[in-house]
Amino acid sequence: MTNTDWPLWEVFVRSRRGLSHTHAGSLHAPDAELALRNARDLYTRRGEGVSIWVVPSAAITASSPDEKDPFFEPSADKPYRHPTFYEIPEGVKHL
Amino acid sequence: MTLTVNTAAALALGDDALVLSHRLGEWAGHAPVLEEEVALANIALDLLGQARVLLSMAGDEDELAYLREERAFRNLQLVEQPNGDFAHTIARQLYFSTYQRLLYTQLASGDGEFAPLAAKAVKEVAYHQDHAEHWTLRLGDGTDESHERMSRACQALWRFTGEMFQPLDGVGVDWDGMRAAWLESVGDTLRRATLTVPEGPQTGAWTAGAGRQGLHTESFGRMLAEMQHLHRSHPGASW
Amino acid sequence: MATASAHHTARTQADEAADEAARTAAYEVVFDAAVAADERIEPRDWMPDAYRSTLVRQIAQHAHSEIIGMQPEANWITRAPSLRRKAILMAKVQDEAGHGLYLYSAAETLGVSRDELLDKLHSGRQKYSSIFNYPTLTWADVGAIGWLVDGAAITNQVPLCRCSYGPYARAMIRVCKEESFHQRQGYELLLALSQGTPEQHAMAQDAVDRWWWPSLMMFGPPDDESSHSAQSMAWKIKRHSNDELRQRFVDIAVPQAESLGLTLPDPDLVWNEERGHHDFGAIDWTEFWDVLKGNGPCNDQRITQRRRAHEEGAWVREAAAAYADKHTNRAVGSTSTTGETGATRA
Repeated sequence: MTNTDWPLWEVFVRSRRGLSHTHAGSLHAPDAELALRNARDLYTRRGEGVSIWVVPSAAITASSPDEKDPFFEPSADKPYRHPTFYEIPEGVKHL
Repeated sequence: MTLTVNTAAALALGDDALVLSHRLGEWAGHAPVLEEEVALANIALDLLGQARVLLSMAGDEDELAYLREERAFRNLQLVEQPNGDFAHTIARQLYFSTYQRLLYTQLASGDGEFAPLAAKAVKEVAYHQDHAEHWTLRLGDGTDESHERMSRACQALWRFTGEMFQPLDGVGVDWDGMRAAWLESVGDTLRRATLTVPEGPQTGAWTAGAGRQGLHTESFGRMLAEMQHLHRSHPGASW
Repeated sequence: MATASAHHTARTQADEAADEAARTAAYEVVFDAAVAADERIEPRDWMPDAYRSTLVRQIAQHAHSEIIGMQPEANWITRAPSLRRKAILMAKVQDEAGHGLYLYSAAETLGVSRDELLDKLHSGRQKYSSIFNYPTLTWADVGAIGWLVDGAAITNQVPLCRCSYGPYARAMIRVCKEESFHQRQGYELLLALSQGTPEQHAMAQDAVDRWWWPSLMMFGPPDDESSHSAQSMAWKIKRHSNDELRQRFVDIAVPQAESLGLTLPDPDLVWNEERGHHDFGAIDWTEFWDVLKGNGPCNDQRITQRRRAHEEGAWVREAAAAYADKHTNRAVGSTSTTGETGATRA
């Protein structure tokens, strides 16, 4: 038995209520329960969080840098999605 | 040193936390995996924080920690037991954190002088117990070797567990109820970990109630010698 | 492929090689432009092999230094002379384990596993900072390490927060944020000793005398002898030269030593008005290379302890893995993924 290579987990921490979880880093753990506890000890020991998610790194599907252009560039030429695209006469309020 | 009732109780509880914190501190740089270095240090730091509050209730924390002789310490013999292998450390954690959680839960709900400390500490201790239970499950129900080591550790430390339920003057809790709840909780964890609850006596033949009366085991003197030597080598110095 | 003629296969291979070279050249242009524009390189981006291996070597060495660096200070946890100092020291040594973990995670985004890196540390194929091969002989050494060794480390590390490789830079931001207390506690500890009894003052002076020169060596060999520096600077893995950082450290430390009421063991240390910097004496590089090659006072001891902790912990790691296999909560997928869902394995 030489299975000592614990899988890798990605850790997401909500730093305070009202904010979303953000990626804090990764760690090794044999299972989800210990991953959560290790994450608590490692990434929140200075009071950095109020909630933690752990996700097996292997479970994440990521976009590839090669797909960057088809994925993200088409959204760059649609300025009408942004409020600054529209001209509103001066003096009109609450818009 | 003549002690008032509550000073004696503060010393007993403070010494438990101080001594166990010291033992856990000995793991630094030796833990089985890096993540566990961080976890054990967290527990040690929680306990040291508790010790400092409790000892300060009884006097000057450093004088009490560094200038008392072995026979003046009031901690349980359980917490002074050497770390042994990781299984021994986890068994000691399981036995003690379960006790400490039950004790502090009761103290926190009362209005005695330990209530404020207990209210804060009970959250820390709940995490210590959770940590110990998770590892007990993994070692007990892991490999043949880990099962064997964990069985041996639970067995070896069993005879130090009876002492925990000897009533402490100045600590108004239901000691018999605590013993029953402790047996149920620890028993449940051990069974889930495929381990058997040790059958031997919970106290040794000679040492019943010993730590609380200042009778300790041989390794404790050596631990104190290491802990105290620098402080004692420079009488009156500040650090 | 079995049905293709040899002729056809050869032509295809040649074409593929040419395509591959063209692709690499195109990638390289993108990579160079990103580095030039001070953008960060992220795990799944294409990067030159040498960039990847340089980073793996440097981040691993950095991670190893954190965990080996726990030992000289942990040596004093059980003897800390007050409960306040004991809590501080325990928290500091714990931070070092944490920093090791952040850094191993950063290295893992490059397609190596922590186990592989630990193997290389244990077998001496990867190094750690030589400073940790010096012993902590007295309590004052804990202060000297905090002030001088952590001070030197911070001088080195602050620029790494802007390193071109994203995960390394992010790990360093976290490390630097946490380390600011390390240096301050060391300074405060030494100050208490310096202003304490004559014995305590002497203890502090002795520690500074022993740690000063090794701390200066932490910046690495002089620029004209540093083998990796130029390329690392070009890649923005490194932002300043060894000598520049060393000078910065000396200039910061000199007035701090005065405030401590302690002297630095260098008769040639003097302010040079013209340069606007302190001149300092020649560093004994023979000692540096000797310690680096394994002949330091604690090389064997440090590695032996590290290896023993790892070997004695094997049954624990196996037990937890076995338990996870028996129960359903094991991570889906294999153990070979890399961090930040990053680089595919080479």
